[in-house]
Amino acid sequence: MNRRKFLYGSLPAGVMIPSFVNGMGFKAFESGHTFLNNLLLPGGDNDRVFVIIQLNGGNDGLNTVIPLENFDKYVNARKNIYIEESKALRLNGQTKVGLHPAMTGLQQMYNEDKLHIVQSVGYAQPNFSHFRATDIWMSASDSKQILNTGWIGRFLDEAFPGFPSGYPNVNMPDPLAIQIGSITSLTMQGPEQPMGMSISNPSNFYNLVNNQTDPAPNTYAGKELTFIREMSRQTQKFGDVIKAANAKVTTQSTYPTGNSLADQLKIVARLVKGGLKTKIYMVNYGGFDTHASQANVGDTANGSHARLLGNVSGAIKAFQDDLKFLDVEDRVVGMTFSEFGRRVLSNASYGTDHGAAAPLFVFGKHVQSGVTGTTPIIPTNVTVGDNIPYQYDFRSVYASILSNWLCVDSTILSRVMLKNFQDLPLTNVGTCSVINPVGNSEQLVVAYPNPFHKTVTIQFKTMGGHTMIQVLDGAGRLVKIIFDRDFNEGTYRVDFDGEHLPAGIYYIRLQNQVIQQVKSVIKV
Amino acid sequence: MAITRQFQAPPSLTPYSGNWDYDAVRHLLKRTLFGASKADIQYFIGLGFSASIMQLLNDSTPLPAPPVKEYNPSNAAVPDSNILAGQTWVNDTNTDGTIASYRRASFKKWWVGNLIFQERTLREKMTMFWHNHFSTETADVSNAQYVYKHHNLLRTNALGNIKSLVRSIAIDPAMLVYLNGQNNNKSAPDENFGREIQELFVIGKGAGADFTEADVKAAAKVFTGWRNNATKIDSYFDVTRHDVTNKQFSAFYNNKIVAGKLDINAGLTELDDFLNMQFATNEAALFLCRKLYTWFIYYEITPEVEASIIVPLAQIMRSNNYDVKPVLKSLLSSEHFYDAMNRGCQIKSPVDLMIGLVREFEVKFPTPDLYLTNYGLFNQVINYLNGLQQMIGDPPDVSGWKAYYQSPGFYEYWINSDTLPKRIQYLDTLVTSGYTFSSFKMVVDGLAYVKNMAAPGDPNKLIQDLSTHILGVPISLQHRNQLKKDILLTGQSEDYYWTTAWDTYVASPSTAANTKYVTTAITNLIKYMVDLPEYQLC
Repeated sequence: MNRRKFLYGSLPAGVMIPSFVNGMGFKAFESGHTFLNNLLLPGGDNDRVFVIIQLNGGNDGLNTVIPLENFDKYVNARKNIYIEESKALRLNGQTKVGLHPAMTGLQQMYNEDKLHIVQSVGYAQPNFSHFRATDIWMSASDSKQILNTGWIGRFLDEAFPGFPSGYPNVNMPDPLAIQIGSITSLTMQGPEQPMGMSISNPSNFYNLVNNQTDPAPNTYAGKELTFIREMSRQTQKFGDVIKAANAKVTTQSTYPTGNSLADQLKIVARLVKGGLKTKIYMVNYGGFDTHASQANVGDTANGSHARLLGNVSGAIKAFQDDLKFLDVEDRVVGMTFSEFGRRVLSNASYGTDHGAAAPLFVFGKHVQSGVTGTTPIIPTNVTVGDNIPYQYDFRSVYASILSNWLCVDSTILSRVMLKNFQDLPLTNVGTCSVINPVGNSEQLVVAYPNPFHKTVTIQFKTMGGHTMIQVLDGAGRLVKIIFDRDFNEGTYRVDFDGEHLPAGIYYIRLQNQVIQQVKSVIKV
Repeated sequence: MAITRQFQAPPSLTPYSGNWDYDAVRHLLKRTLFGASKADIQYFIGLGFSASIMQLLNDSTPLPAPPVKEYNPSNAAVPDSNILAGQTWVNDTNTDGTIASYRRASFKKWWVGNLIFQERTLREKMTMFWHNHFSTETADVSNAQYVYKHHNLLRTNALGNIKSLVRSIAIDPAMLVYLNGQNNNKSAPDENFGREIQELFVIGKGAGADFTEADVKAAAKVFTGWRNNATKIDSYFDVTRHDVTNKQFSAFYNNKIVAGKLDINAGLTELDDFLNMQFATNEAALFLCRKLYTWFIYYEITPEVEASIIVPLAQIMRSNNYDVKPVLKSLLSSEHFYDAMNRGCQIKSPVDLMIGLVREFEVKFPTPDLYLTNYGLFNQVINYLNGLQQMIGDPPDVSGWKAYYQSPGFYEYWINSDTLPKRIQYLDTLVTSGYTFSSFKMVVDGLAYVKNMAAPGDPNKLIQDLSTHILGVPISLQHRNQLKKDILLTGQSEDYYWTTAWDTYVASPSTAANTKYVTTAITNLIKYMVDLPEYQLC
């Protein structure tokens, strides 16, 4: 079967895509059923682009999105590096969190409804190794699962079957994905080969010549030879279209100088405007492994973390402004990610060690405004092992982008993401489908007695459908999955026996439809 | 459809008993040196199999003289005018930021010189192995004296004892800066080094590496109290910053307790206890052997390779108390190392590619007394390596280069649509126009190379000779014939066109027209050859 056609061209008979059509009204289609049109019209794929910004090293989420709501506990945990309350940047209509003072650009974008914050993004059983955690994020695997393909690689393999054989072609004359820089990322790794190109200078490709090719031997050497030949072929084919697209754009708006992330995003804006049909761009910016001296002594609003965040904010703001200037703002949504957040308690080096969940940013003209999720819980008596438990699985963010921004249907989506993840309200007008945000005000999960000694009763309210109840420990590790199945709408109670557990803080996590809530309980 | 590939013989550490021929020697040298000249290959053929392995393992020759001052310090706030130009700076304690950056650059250029003029031993390849393994970045370490001291530690112990190397690394000033050990104190331990000494340096992340987060925290406490002294270019232990409590480790380490000490030797005593505990695990040697296998043979470790190579090799490592020489001796002597399946299958690292080109063609450099010119040329090699994503001294992060750990591509991560054109561009530059610094041109002298061949007047032998020397995978007779016709015979079909041209040149080398013809043809031939994907393999 031609999977591309399946993806973009038709809906197989009898498939009702239930998660879209049912779903308790959480999906709303745009007027004129553009979503269905997108799927039903032959060749109705869109011109949308998704930009991934990797922040290498593990960004400190608590000093990025400041928890004003839990400010005293934050100060207590971050005695030597906390951002003063008066310096945290305020966001319109938002009292619970503020931004690091260096991020004035993102503050402005938030206030213009072009920035969305997702709180506490992570996964069960967080890994604290840089490269294992990076692999988990790039491959979209479970914590203990080893996948040798990237999530974007799998998506592109579904959308453009058979690649690279037969490409470029009339329908896809351009690279499927572009990584700015000289590296190759696991994110783009498909089942057989990398699905993206790496470029550092779109105006200058050294000419490769076509050499005569002998048959590759049936050895490891033959395998590597075939790989190099294929890279050579793609570089020649796509080099010319990139150069041409790059040359079409002669004026761009201003970007900050001395900011390598801005330099990379400037190339992305150029290539988007230059007419490439490329779906995915990836850029990266390093230095976030702030074990030491992340904030200046006595002046915590400045220091290495401030410089990093200032550059991230300045680069994204300039990029967004340029997209508007180039009149392609409607086509682009972007996202930041980092392999982990950092520990709740700062260390004596004025830094923070490897941690677990952290906020991420989704940006663009078509993001929904606001903050998804509650402000992270910070324990009163914080200890060195304490971590932010995750509220949102990072793969829910990916799945939401794929289905709602890139219009991937649910069958394909489950093949790319390997299981079902929740839809989150990240993008809005102009997207294939819209998820309505649900107010986070109602407490849907409670636990008593609290503190507990032996047994704690968990009471939760579900809107029906798939519902998951998990218990996580203070370090964010999964202790137990209590339920992971379909429920009818209603309120339920379950007793959890925690007698064997060590004393400390625990989190009960509810996941149901678009909702995720976390409730802390103390075991004594 | 998956292609099935099979080893010639079941993997085994049984010593190689095949022919000690050109191809076997070339394979050994391409993996153990950074490029091999034809003279190198002939030398090792002459030595024979066993003596060749012993020669590669010989590390008794003196270390190279340290890097020298080749920069102008006048724009520094605190210039190092106490050091004369051409003298070494490595023992001078100047910590001016500008001077430090000049010195770090001087260090890298010096390193390139060592790579180009390497001896016929494993020292350079193993120094690079340890640099990738105990990855540090000069830009982060900043202090150039620490940078050199760290590098010298790797070079001195390149073929030595792994356990004692790890012991030195744990208290090495550069590492104490890089992984924050110097800031690690009892009030709030910094876990950076405590994690990496387990995950990256000794235990790894293999299936059997079951150390826990609690082990990371306990290890961080063991390493509390170490400080650096820039005036002594050394580290020291400050017991008042040391966590004196007992450190409890997990079942992976047999629930070992590293007893807290509070005397002035506590830092070293606890370090030794910790290392004894780490190196008592089975996993340590397994991890280190897998890493050596990936460095010297290939990245795919099949279950049969694990069982028949890694496990027995790890046993050799343990029974030799972590001396690396017996391990390398066994691996490089094994039938498996020479298996046809394992030949030519490494994608060259940028260092293998660029240094390899220079050494294969014996590119000429000025005499050592012209150090300014030499360092200037070496600096251009640094620029090439940087463009190709292997800046020596500054790997991407503490995990080293992706080519040696990132599944599924491994070596393939060196090659993408950005780096592949650059590889070809840099090779072409050195083969054709060259790079000139202070009126000295660093360039491949194709004519000199061909003159040393047995039968340069025979176009078939010339092409055969060149391709078997430099290509990782042979090219077909048909391909060679096409090259002969297109390049050496300028489109004609008779071999004597070349033979006559060559003989005319030899008879009268001062005649410009003859020289130009053969030089152009040879340059075009070498350029074609190094542009082939086959040249990217070794």
